[in-house]
Amino acid sequence: MGIVKVRKNFHQARWDEPIIFELSTPGLRGVVPPPPEKELQEAVGDAEKLIPSSIRRKTPPGLPELDQKSVLAHYLHLAQETLGANLCNDISEGTCTMKYNPRINEEIAYLPGIAALHPWQDEDTIQGILQIYYEFEQILKEVSGMDKFLLHPQGGAHAVFTAACIMRAYHIEHGNWGKKDEIISAAFTHPCDHASPATAGFKLIILPPGPDGYPPLEAFEEAISERTAGLFITNPEDTGIYNLNIDKIVKMVHDAGGLCFYDQANANVLLGIARAREAGFDMCHFNIHKTFGTPHGCSGPGLGALGVREHLIKYLPVPTVEYDGSKYYLDYNRPQSIGKVRQFVGPATVLIRAYAWVMAVGKEYLREVSEISTINHNYLQKKLLERIPELEVPYAEGRFRLEEARYSWRKLTEETGVGTDDVMRRIGDYGIQHYWSSHHPWVVPEPMTLEPCETYRKEDLDEYVEALAQIVEEAKKDPEFVKNAPYKCASHKRDDEASLDDPNKWALTWRAYLKKHKKA
Amino acid sequence: MTKLSSHPYIPNSAREIKEQMLKEIGINNAEDIFGQIPEHLRFKGELKIPNGIFSEYQLLRHIKGLLDKNKNCEEYISFLGGGCWQHYTPAVVKTIMQRDEFLTAYVGEAFADHGKFQAQFEYASMLGELLEMDAVNTPTYDWGIAAGTTVRMSARITGRSEALICGAVSPERLACIKTFAFSTVPDIQLVGFDPDTGLIDIDDLKRKMSDKVACVYFENPNFFGVIETQGEEIAKLAHEYGAIVSVGVDPISLGVLEPPARYGADIACGDVQPLGIPMGFGGGLGGFIATHDDPKFVAEFPSLLFGLTTTVESGEYGFGEVLFERTSYASRDKAKDFLGTMAQLHGIGAGVYMALLGPQGMQEIGEGCLQRAAYAAKVLGQIKGIKSPHFKGAHFKEFVVNFDETGKTVKEINKKLLDYKVFGGYDLSQGFPQLGQSALYCVTEVHTKQDIDNLARALTEIVA
Repeated sequence: MGIVKVRKNFHQARWDEPIIFELSTPGLRGVVPPPPEKELQEAVGDAEKLIPSSIRRKTPPGLPELDQKSVLAHYLHLAQETLGANLCNDISEGTCTMKYNPRINEEIAYLPGIAALHPWQDEDTIQGILQIYYEFEQILKEVSGMDKFLLHPQGGAHAVFTAACIMRAYHIEHGNWGKKDEIISAAFTHPCDHASPATAGFKLIILPPGPDGYPPLEAFEEAISERTAGLFITNPEDTGIYNLNIDKIVKMVHDAGGLCFYDQANANVLLGIARAREAGFDMCHFNIHKTFGTPHGCSGPGLGALGVREHLIKYLPVPTVEYDGSKYYLDYNRPQSIGKVRQFVGPATVLIRAYAWVMAVGKEYLREVSEISTINHNYLQKKLLERIPELEVPYAEGRFRLEEARYSWRKLTEETGVGTDDVMRRIGDYGIQHYWSSHHPWVVPEPMTLEPCETYRKEDLDEYVEALAQIVEEAKKDPEFVKNAPYKCASHKRDDEASLDDPNKWALTWRAYLKKHKKA
Repeated sequence: MTKLSSHPYIPNSAREIKEQMLKEIGINNAEDIFGQIPEHLRFKGELKIPNGIFSEYQLLRHIKGLLDKNKNCEEYISFLGGGCWQHYTPAVVKTIMQRDEFLTAYVGEAFADHGKFQAQFEYASMLGELLEMDAVNTPTYDWGIAAGTTVRMSARITGRSEALICGAVSPERLACIKTFAFSTVPDIQLVGFDPDTGLIDIDDLKRKMSDKVACVYFENPNFFGVIETQGEEIAKLAHEYGAIVSVGVDPISLGVLEPPARYGADIACGDVQPLGIPMGFGGGLGGFIATHDDPKFVAEFPSLLFGLTTTVESGEYGFGEVLFERTSYASRDKAKDFLGTMAQLHGIGAGVYMALLGPQGMQEIGEGCLQRAAYAAKVLGQIKGIKSPHFKGAHFKEFVVNFDETGKTVKEINKKLLDYKVFGGYDLSQGFPQLGQSALYCVTEVHTKQDIDNLARALTEIVA
């Protein structure tokens, strides 16, 4: 066994890095674009004469001027001031499935066979990438039981929005748009399942949890009516508790003439275990950047793969990727399509990484991903609760959570005044990414959500438990110390939260900052 | 099934470790946990998916084998553009985008992900300089969704529900705008373009303009590569009716073209992909949205907005999320549209690109595009039967070529060009039937005079 190291002497890089504009010296430059050949220039004349003077830029853009090494060094400093999941213990960002993103997939994503492909090339010249689209789709179909997948959306919320547009198209076709306009969802389901349908034009009914951690069946019965257009729900929700009534809820919504969408942000624990199809869903989606091992990229590009059952295929955005037995092709001839939700065929560079990931895992280990995820979680939860009596896991007492849990620091806050935001900042001082508390509104008091997915070692879990235990001791001894954390991160606690909501103070760009704070 | 002693990505798949952990939990196997899922909801049987390729080398070989079935724009000379463009990616951009710190970070807070916040803030700041606007978002999915978002923002600000999409706009983007804006702006009307110049038909705009219009949107350069010169007039007209002016723009043109703010745009949007992000079969996109620093506008952004502030450490820059309550992370269905994983890494890459080029580089790359486009349009126009450029207006890096008089279709011509290892321009005959057999050609700094001359020779032979 490797050792369990609590990194008491950790210190993140702190470069005290200036804003790039402050490094600028007129006349310096980082790269030289290829100039057109002399003969070409002579053939057409000066560039400035090629455009009407009214639209010609008169003042050069106020970009910084730096030599190449300075640009590189600046961004390397900024990189070192960022805790990517590949370099730290990122059990922290629960619900986000921060698994290892294999390096080989980066090499693959930059091969000219993908990086230098234009989406409008002749079909004969893109057979390889279309085959990857098609084969990856077959894998997703098998894992979910859906009949067809769309790989255009660039993130989870984007796929959820697409599902809402499909639901809208379905109700329009059936003459029910305007009559059926209510979406039922639950409080621990991701906010995008509320915001995306709202953006598509629906009203939301968000049900609070009962004692099991999810809304009781009676609450659904009461909420469902002739106005019900559909259901948007996660299972398990952010609590990690599997909703045992899920198929009954789906049936109730179907009986009311609604459609059901399954947000599978949690799919990491369900691969080969349970599928959307068996629970009766019409649609589901996978966050490929979570479950299928592609990098989160500071928040995108991701890939929200949207799966639909047969009766909804006709609404999918164009083009779909098809195979006629000898050739792959793009099908734009889909008259009932909702149109487009993203240009071209989506984030192909994410897709190819996901394909590489699933091929590296294969049939032999895909289910193992889920098994280890649940074992890791339940090991971590048991150890945490044993070691830290101040920690609670509300709802569904005695039931195993699947892949994550929403813990509560309520007792610690009552005892010491130290809240989850304080603990979360302090854990950064131990070389661990700040943890995810909860989306708003907090239903669980002083929440903490951890997801130790399959790429973390037992030692990582033990390290996490010990680091939190030490912070609890610190909180008891000196609450102010924890409240003022962090001390060893790339920067400190903000001292003027109100400035971020104040139009006279907020600065979204350097030019705005200079105007407001430097009186330039 | 052949299994390994442990999978390289799954450390606790090692049998002894797994057993030890199960023992500590107090169960015999994972089924003791999964068993709570009702039997009829369980997946039974074996997943029919491919066997794993556990060797990294063999995996690479397998995927290279598939990608070798493609022909790419390094092997062939490509003249495709229209929303995804071949520009050179400087080595430093690639290095930074591949750093694990940026690549694998997510929603970490500003103290531990300080560098991410700063890189994103600087991206917004540099784009703000190109655009001469003070508020710039963290990138959304692509230009199409960015444009659709500006229509929704305009509808909320004005309380109106119509939009005019003017002139030559990418059909792909138009389709995105329609889907995205539908619930607030069901009525999207199109304003035509002048068949001669390719510019917006101002008379048509005047006819369709009313005080019901929330947003007047146009692109510059437009989809045909034509530089719109009537921006000021359009903005003035729109403003007279109380509408908001949103302009889609190619950021790489802004070293030589006036930013939309100069001719009256209230909102600018576009794609970061031209700023050094590899095309990746269209995977390289990322949409930007920018406005002036007017709280009425800033309050309507759905995106995360990163602001520069202070920390408890004197003299230290801190970062945070501006007006977080706007977002769906805070306010769910009551938020301004929705937020999620979008395209931040591409924003960071674009930031590095702008820092490398600086004002001089941006001007040079823009001038190079102008000259190459002018040259290519000219030499193709010298070929018998080919009309190039089809439109009289000035062009930035794209132009329309018409083949009607050759008696051949774009499809036929492009097929033949493949024999010359050339990807011909995008076939416009489906999306714009009024242009006959026309194609949209694109040239950038990656094209040499010889590339263009070779294209001209090939086309001469093909249409002869």
